[in-house]
Amino acid sequence: MCYTQFLDADGTASGELPDFARDAQELRAMYRLMVTTRLLDRRAVSLQRTGQLGTYASGLGQEAIGTAAGFALRDEDILIPAYRDYAAQFKRGVPLQNVLLYWAGDERGMAYEREPARHDFPLSVPIATQVPHAIGVAYAIRLRRQPRVVLACCGDGATSKGDFYEAISCAKVWDLPIVFLVSNNQWAISMPVARQTGAQTLAQKAIAGGMPGEQVDGNDVLATRHVLARAIARARDGGGPSLVEALTYRLHDHTTADDARRYRAEDEVQAAWARCPIKRYKAWLEAQGHWDAAAEGALAAEAAAEVEAAARAYLGQPADPPEAIFDSLYAELPRALRWQREQVRARGPLGDGH
Amino acid sequence: MPDLTLIEAVNLAMHSEMARDGDVVVLGEDIGRNGGVFRATVGLLDKFGPERVIDTPLAETLVAAMAIGLSTQGLRPVAEIQFSGFLYPCVDQVVNHAARYRNRTRGRMSCPLVIRAPNGGGIHAPEHHSESLETTFAHMPGLRVVAPSTPARAYGLLLAAIRDPDPVVFLEPTRCYRLFKQPVEDDGEALPLDACFVDREGGDLTLVSWGAMMHDTRQAADRLAEEGIAAEVIDVATLKPLDMDTILASVAKTGRCVIVQEAARAGGWASEISANLAEHGLLSLFAPVMRVSGYDTVMPLARLERAYLPDVERILAEVRKVFEIAPKS
Repeated sequence: MCYTQFLDADGTASGELPDFARDAQELRAMYRLMVTTRLLDRRAVSLQRTGQLGTYASGLGQEAIGTAAGFALRDEDILIPAYRDYAAQFKRGVPLQNVLLYWAGDERGMAYEREPARHDFPLSVPIATQVPHAIGVAYAIRLRRQPRVVLACCGDGATSKGDFYEAISCAKVWDLPIVFLVSNNQWAISMPVARQTGAQTLAQKAIAGGMPGEQVDGNDVLATRHVLARAIARARDGGGPSLVEALTYRLHDHTTADDARRYRAEDEVQAAWARCPIKRYKAWLEAQGHWDAAAEGALAAEAAAEVEAAARAYLGQPADPPEAIFDSLYAELPRALRWQREQVRARGPLGDGH
Repeated sequence: MPDLTLIEAVNLAMHSEMARDGDVVVLGEDIGRNGGVFRATVGLLDKFGPERVIDTPLAETLVAAMAIGLSTQGLRPVAEIQFSGFLYPCVDQVVNHAARYRNRTRGRMSCPLVIRAPNGGGIHAPEHHSESLETTFAHMPGLRVVAPSTPARAYGLLLAAIRDPDPVVFLEPTRCYRLFKQPVEDDGEALPLDACFVDREGGDLTLVSWGAMMHDTRQAADRLAEEGIAAEVIDVATLKPLDMDTILASVAKTGRCVIVQEAARAGGWASEISANLAEHGLLSLFAPVMRVSGYDTVMPLARLERAYLPDVERILAEVRKVFEIAPKS
C-alpha cells in the first residue's frame, strides 16, 4: 500500500516536494489555519469545561488533515465533512463562531452563508451515513457535466459501517468524481483500529471497490495536501474515485463527555504528541526561512484575537425564539402544525438555564 | 381518457413529470432495463436514457442516500424500493438526513425527493414483502407520507409528491396495483397534498381509511348503503401532515367513526386519528371511535395472511358495534 510522507516528526523533509511547497505565502496561510484551528479547539474545550458550551468533539491533533483538504479543494468542489474536519470548513468560509454555535446546540451553526461553504454539507454526527450522499452529489455533477469533485470525509470507525461500504462499492461503477478521505485517528471512542477490522490498512478497502487507495501521514500537512490534490485532480479529469487514508492520532478525548484514560494508556498519548502536526510543520517552515519567532508572536496575537472575537460573537448571540423549531422544518409549515407553533410562540421566550 | 390500473397510473405520472421537468430522475433496483419488479418504471429507460433512469446496485441504504445527494443538488429524484420490508435500511437515511437537512441548516439545504414503495400485503408474496410501514415514517417530523388508493389519485398525488419541495415517502397499495382500472387523464395536474379526500358523502357514519384498505372500506360502505346506512367515506391520502379538519368536520356531522388500517394495531396511524378525535371531536360522538386493523403479530406468510388482513366483514362487525351503542334514530 502506497504511503506518502514528506516531513518526519521533527520536520525534516525528504523526497521531492510538490510545487505548492515553493509558495511561501500559501505555506504560511496553511500554518495560520492550523494554529487558529487549534486555538479555537482549545477555547471550545475551555468553554465547555466552564459550562458555556455543550458536549464538544475536539479535533486536537488532526489539524493538518482539514487544512490539507481545505487547500486541496477548489471553491466549486463540495465538502461532505464528518465532525472533526473543522480546518477544512474554516478554509471554505465557515466562521469560527459557527462551530461554537453548533456545539452549543444551535442549528444556525450549520447555516453557512459564505461561499463556498454555503454549498457544502454541514458536519455529520451519525457515523458514515453522510458518505453515500457523495454518490448522489457526484452523480448530479456528472449529469450536469460540471468539473467539480466531492470530498467525502469520515473516520476509522466509519469504515466498519455498511453505509461506507455501500458508497465505496459503487463509486467506481459510475466513475464518479469522489475522493473518500478516511481520517484514521486510531480510536473510535474506546475501540482501537485493530479491534475494528482485521484489514491491515483502511486504504486497502478501496481495492474492494475497484478504485485506488493509498495512505498518507495525516500529521504531515504537505504530504496530505499533495496526496489529496492529486486524487482530486484525477477525479476532476475523469479518472474516477479514490480513497485516501490519512494516519493521525486523536490527542483529545472522543468528546468532552469522554474520559480516554479509561481505555488507553497515557504513554501512547504522550508518544503521539511527539508526532504533532503543527510542531513539525513549524520546524520545517523555520528551516526554510519562511517563519520566525516574530511571525509566531504576531500570529499568536492575531489568532488569539480572532478566536476571542468568535467566542464573544457566539456568547453574545441569543438563542432563536422558541417557535424557530418549526420555521425550517418544511418549505412551508403545514397547516396541521400551525397550532403547535402558535402554542410554542405564545409561551414566550425560554427562561435562563435552558 | 384511458382506463388504467394503479401501477399504470404510477408509471404514467413518472413519464409525464420526467418529460415536463428535466431535473426529475428515477433510481432504484431493477428499475431500468427490467422496468421495475412491479413494472412501475416500464418504458422510462427507453424514453429518457440511462443517465436519468438509474439502475442502482442492490443496496437500499445507498438508494435512499443517493436520492438525498441528488436532491441536495436541485434534482428531483424518485427512488423505488422494491418491497415494503426492504424500506427498513432506508429509515436511517430518510429520518436522520432527508427529514432533517432543511431544519438543521435553517433552510440552506433541502431534500425534494420521493421514495416510492409498495405497501401492505394480500398478494401472497414471499416473506418481508407485505409489511405496512406508513406509521414508521408518519411518526417522523420533516417528512410527508402519502398513500394513494386509486389510479387517479396515484397519478395526481405522485405528481404532487415529485413537485413538493420536501421529502415524501410514497406508499403504493400493492394489492391494488392491478386490482381495478379507472379513467386517468394525463393532464399533468397534481392533486393536493396534506388533504383528505371525501370519497362519498353520508350522514350516518364516517369511515376513514387509506391505501389498499380503501378498497374494502368502499365495499363495506356499499353493503351499509343496502342496509340503509349512509356512510361518509374519507380517503386520508396524506397521512403526514394529517388533515384532521376534514375528518372532524365529517364526524361532527355523523357522530360515528370507524377507522380502517391494514398495519398492526398498537400505535398505528388509526390510533393517532382516534386520539385526535377524542381530543377535538368527543362532544360530537355518539359512540366510541372503533379501529379495524391488522393484529399485533408479525405479518403472516401467504397461507395465513387473510387471517390478519382486515376485510369487509371485519369492518362491518365494528360498524355494527357502533350502531349497537348508538342506534340510528
